[in-house]
Amino acid sequence: MRIAVIDYGAGNLASVLKGLRAAGSTPFVTTTPRDLETGDAIVIPGVGHFNATAALTTHWQSVIRAHIDAGAAVLGICLGMQWLYEGSDEAPDLPGLGVLSGRCARLIGDAATKIPHVGWNALSRRQPDSRLLAGLPDAPYVYFTHTFAAPVTDDCMSATRHGTTFASTVERQRVFGTQWHPEKSGQVGLAVLQRFLDVARSTS
Amino acid sequence: MTTLAKRLIACLDVRNGAVVKGIKFEGLRDAGDPVALARRYDADGIDELVLLDVTATLENRGTFLDTVRAVADNIFIPFTVGGGIRSLEDARAVFDAGADKVSINSAALRAPELITTLANLYGSQAVIVAMDVARRDQSWDVFSRSGTSRDRRDALTWAREAEDRGAGEILLTSIDRDGTREGFDLDLTSLISGSVGIPVIASGGAGTFEHFSDVFTTGQADAALAASVFHFNDHAIADLKAFLSARNIAVRPAPSC
Repeated sequence: MRIAVIDYGAGNLASVLKGLRAAGSTPFVTTTPRDLETGDAIVIPGVGHFNATAALTTHWQSVIRAHIDAGAAVLGICLGMQWLYEGSDEAPDLPGLGVLSGRCARLIGDAATKIPHVGWNALSRRQPDSRLLAGLPDAPYVYFTHTFAAPVTDDCMSATRHGTTFASTVERQRVFGTQWHPEKSGQVGLAVLQRFLDVARSTS
Repeated sequence: MTTLAKRLIACLDVRNGAVVKGIKFEGLRDAGDPVALARRYDADGIDELVLLDVTATLENRGTFLDTVRAVADNIFIPFTVGGGIRSLEDARAVFDAGADKVSINSAALRAPELITTLANLYGSQAVIVAMDVARRDQSWDVFSRSGTSRDRRDALTWAREAEDRGAGEILLTSIDRDGTREGFDLDLTSLISGSVGIPVIASGGAGTFEHFSDVFTTGQADAALAASVFHFNDHAIADLKAFLSARNIAVRPAPSC
């Protein structure tokens, strides 16, 4: 199973590639939209500022949308998940892909709640039939490192609280997103990557 | 709903491909193979790993990068590498070898703009500024070059500057407590943690389970780092996490087996 990992210049890909390999796939880095055609599924990684998604031009967006419409399994990680939404307050003029409704907003902290949200926090299930989280314990701990986050909507499979309660895992048909890093979340993370590969292999 | 957990971080000081540990920055004792230790900590439930190059000179940097690669290939938890990172090029080599974050100390004191350069390129979350601090007279002094050279800035000033320049976290080491097993420096840790908005990792002095609960409560630390205390199996990670959890300190559960 070949997984296209989109490199748009938003952070180091080594850990994501390593995690996908360990989960049982052959990841490859893509730098042009055409390369997506040679993959069986798509991963959109990314860390850092939403400004970095400017590199995902309208051409990228239309190609990715076409793959989604054709039934491709897509996983957005961290900034990659945020980009699946309509946009982010972090860069108000940049449109996201818009396959998920809502905008990302800044986490609201206080003296006791430091922002960015860095470390291990738990996923609180919002819907019982998440394919990505199938088979995991009730409130698994995973690794986060972010300042902005997505709203809790119908697509939310797990929510997490850090100042704000936000969507930590999302799913809409064959489009998935994790605000947290599966490639840095130990055995739980590897299991979730394996669930994504399972979905990619299936047709539902 | 649960809250953000306090983190336990194991530190491997590496010299010529082997793990060692200094006592108050002097003397070295051998303590095992870096990859074997990293895998054991990961399996035991450690939350993050730090690899520090403590080689005195620039020779054998290639050996260290080989060790970074080998460790990175074997763990799936956040992995920080520090020691001897003097430039953007040094940092790039370390990221290319598989590190998730870099820790910079003396280089940041000498050229603070390096913090911003790295943060802009890799993101703040990938840049940890490490500071070695000792109490001298009435002030908290910052030392560079492994504790031998005193900087003109005090700890609070430097921590705030590091944050302003884009550091994602502060790794705060008490020189006075390091290796003593007498407890973390709670005054120093709470002062810095209460003054910056970014996570503070406490380091230096870990000896008992109570030291960890103290540094997470009174010390206000977001994470605690220890080395020899874990290497010699003085504290099983699971036992420590159970101890903390029983005191209502949020921790990521260790694997039970």
